[in-house]
Amino acid sequence: MDFNALFSDFGGYTITGLTVGAIYALVALGYTLVYGVLRLINFAHSEVFIAGAFAAIWGWAAFGLDRDSVVSGFGSIMLYLLVGALIAAVASAGTATVIERVAYRPLRKRNAPPLAFLITAIGASIAIAEAFGIYTRRLPVGAPTVVKNDVLFTVFGADVTAVQLLVIGSALAMMVALDLFINRSRVGRGIRAVAQDQNTAALMGINKDRIILIVFIIGGAMAGVAGMLYDIRIGTLTYSVGFLLGLKAFTAAVLGGIGNLRGALIGGLLLGLVENYASALFGANWKDLVAFVVLVVLLMFRPTGLLGESLGRARA
Amino acid sequence: MTSVREWIYSGRHAVSERWHHAPRWMRWAVIAAVIVFFYALPNREFYQWLGPIPTTGSNFGQVLFTISIYVLLAVGLNIVVGFAGLLDLGYFGFFAVGAYTVAVLTSPSSDLKTLWPWLLALPVALVLTMISGVMLGTPTLRLRGDYLAIVTLGFAEMIRVAATSSEFLKGQRGFNQIPHPPGSYADGKPIFGVLDPRPYYWLVLTLIILVVIGVRNLNRSRVGRAWISIREDEDAAQLMGVPTFKFKLWAFASGAFIGGLAGALFAGKQNFVSSQNLELLNSIIILAAVILGGSGNIVGAIVGGGLVAYMIERFRGIELLGIQLYEYRFMFFGLVLVVMMIFRPQGLIPNRRRAAEFKDRRKEVIVGG
Repeated sequence: MDFNALFSDFGGYTITGLTVGAIYALVALGYTLVYGVLRLINFAHSEVFIAGAFAAIWGWAAFGLDRDSVVSGFGSIMLYLLVGALIAAVASAGTATVIERVAYRPLRKRNAPPLAFLITAIGASIAIAEAFGIYTRRLPVGAPTVVKNDVLFTVFGADVTAVQLLVIGSALAMMVALDLFINRSRVGRGIRAVAQDQNTAALMGINKDRIILIVFIIGGAMAGVAGMLYDIRIGTLTYSVGFLLGLKAFTAAVLGGIGNLRGALIGGLLLGLVENYASALFGANWKDLVAFVVLVVLLMFRPTGLLGESLGRARA
Repeated sequence: MTSVREWIYSGRHAVSERWHHAPRWMRWAVIAAVIVFFYALPNREFYQWLGPIPTTGSNFGQVLFTISIYVLLAVGLNIVVGFAGLLDLGYFGFFAVGAYTVAVLTSPSSDLKTLWPWLLALPVALVLTMISGVMLGTPTLRLRGDYLAIVTLGFAEMIRVAATSSEFLKGQRGFNQIPHPPGSYADGKPIFGVLDPRPYYWLVLTLIILVVIGVRNLNRSRVGRAWISIREDEDAAQLMGVPTFKFKLWAFASGAFIGGLAGALFAGKQNFVSSQNLELLNSIIILAAVILGGSGNIVGAIVGGGLVAYMIERFRGIELLGIQLYEYRFMFFGLVLVVMMIFRPQGLIPNRRRAAEFKDRRKEVIVGG
């Protein structure tokens, strides 16, 4: 236990933790949305994230940015960010749609037991991750420097860089937008209705399959943007990173209360913080264990998470 | 299409009818013949007559040993997934616990310097894996099935991280000079040497037979009936007075025991255990094997484990249309899981009752589907 390391740079660890946590939270949203509606852990969601992350890099490459390019000028940075986010969101939403259609829908039609869903999800996840692995020859792919990692300002002695601000800011903005969409819009009402009771919602004239597809698309788009933010933050991407990140995002979703959108945000940020503080205390090697320990302890004492499971109830 | 399907179905039906109506001595004779065949298989004098079945790229005896380890693991996982209906995604973690316990207790590169013989370390390894199964099961088996799946997955990952990061477990350098199982021929040469993989295969094969007899008896006892009732409807089982938690823990511990046995055997054969042996995908491959063969059916698990492990080894070194098939193995098994769950969730050789459960659920009405 190295308390000195932690307290000498407490602010720095906090900012880093929040940045990591914001990405977890964006991915956790996908788990939470699908779980809230279908009571299904969409295990393949980590590969939805990976698809977005690769699509952003390849999209930038198509616009002439390779791993060594550095974008400058506020206007072009914003433009590339938008383009990257759009491509990533479309790719991820597309992947999520394909998974829904190919792997889950046939099972739903047959009223298969829950384990069957989980097994197809794992199968789809492995198959997609391996496809990316084979395509990239299992080598890391470098991302261009779209946003330079300059220190913008200092809060409580901690430097805040442009990348950190971008990640946290855009994650928060997307969360607020999604929360409004689910709570205020007509489609959002449909989603909440299906989450409450699928059969009754279907009897009330809601197209259940369409709602389910929309949920996969929204969750996928969020994961895609998270993938782009991941590229910008880390700078390289390996096909296999999705698994661990997906496991952590799922933990974040459970931590906040799976099925609860605001829970996903709180769970994600909290997990990011805990993980970073723990890596300062015990060494970076053990960082990946933290999420798992948190998950087990949580499931033992409060399996419904901090805010409870409630996409169906009015306060999504 | 339909006619082919019906033809296959009726053919299989006829085979199973005939099998179940055959006199007892005939069934025993067939089983004995199959067992003799597998004992004879690693001898070159025997397998050279089998055409393309033996692997070309690697030593066939070695391949058979790998396959037999997979079969043992599939039989163990079948208890957890097939009988009790608990989805364990970190089954390979128990294999790791078994292998590492043997390594820590016997290897000269271990910090403990106990240097036990393999046979003494084996029971310790088995007990420790069972304890780890109970420890993992106690907090998680009270939860819903899907949480269990994720936690077991995390368990396997935790073992991998611990093995990679901790000084005590040596990371990628690993433990070397793990002793072989004991025993020597009449002329003083050890039975379990470095060069000949066949004795290890025979040892595992013998253990598989013993384990299968044990598991079969367990499945036909009160314990097995409790497992089936939990798989079919846990709430109903609980209401009928089945102590579900206790029996789920039993399933977990028995599965862990067999996983640990496989790990200890592997360590004794390989001499060397390091964190590189602990690929997460191994758990998935064993799961694919059980599902493919027919979860809930011991014969299905054996066939599934054998088939999957054999295909992996057969892919090695083969090029088709310019692609290395071995490279595609994990993708292939991922797809196998998806396709099997959609088209044939009961597996190749289904357990009758389990197949009926799948069929029964289909009839339940879905609104707006």
